[in-house]
Amino acid sequence: MTRIISAFAIGLVFGIGILVSGMANPAKVLNFFDIAGTWDPSLAFVMGGALIVTAIGFRLVLSRSHPLLAGGFSLPTKRDIDVRLLGGAAIFGVGWGIAGFCPGGVVPALGLGRPEPAIFVAALVAGMLIVRLIETARTRAAPSAG
Amino acid sequence: MTEFTPVLSATGGILIGLASVMLMAALGRIAGISGMIGGLLPPVTAGEWGWRLAFLAGMIAAPVVLLAATGSMPVIEVPSSTGMLVIGGILVGIGVSYGSGCTSGHGVCGMARLSARSIAATLTFMLTTGVTVFVIRHVIGG
Repeated sequence: MTRIISAFAIGLVFGIGILVSGMANPAKVLNFFDIAGTWDPSLAFVMGGALIVTAIGFRLVLSRSHPLLAGGFSLPTKRDIDVRLLGGAAIFGVGWGIAGFCPGGVVPALGLGRPEPAIFVAALVAGMLIVRLIETARTRAAPSAG
Repeated sequence: MTEFTPVLSATGGILIGLASVMLMAALGRIAGISGMIGGLLPPVTAGEWGWRLAFLAGMIAAPVVLLAATGSMPVIEVPSSTGMLVIGGILVGIGVSYGSGCTSGHGVCGMARLSARSIAATLTFMLTTGVTVFVIRHVIGG
């Protein structure tokens, strides 16, 4: 139960940060990328503020033997920069540029009670499920290839 | 036009950073929002469902808490049409699944850990987002 309450409270701080920063506002996000037009450089300050705090904070936290409420740290182990990673990131960027929402930006926007964030999230989940179906079909078609 | 808000944006960024550090300190997990949403979909890993749902619920509660604290709801503006939201959403869902993350997981947590994968992914999606916005606003729209 402590884990659930902590996760909720930390998610709340994260969500407030997203809202205050402007990341939940597609008009602001799209203007950040529109250097040739109505450029709004604000989001560089979001990235800067978040990165400085996280870079220092992670150093302090990861020097401990384990987290407060879990047995160990779950850190990504993949090291390879491959087509899957870069292709996926490229597709994500195209979608972000079309809609103006990213996953972190849209979740707090859901709480505003407007229809657009819900429409985007439904489509986002559909995209994730499409990939799972493709990957399941692939694994079944070639079980030995892994 | 949107107003340039360096102080608010930096403050928001600091809160995002603090929350990312707190999640690592408490549960030992990367604050990647696409990973949390994906982790709620089948097949789910036992024991990983509850905290993800709670974190996302906390994020969804953020506007109401801000309203209670400041007296006003944050205002957003969505320039994209419904069709664009659907197409964009599907592409984001596919992209983050293959790319193993988004702005939060790669752009903040991964970059802060100096992960080469996250730096490569972040540079890639920032570039394609910029090109997409340019094409939509200045090639098609212009």
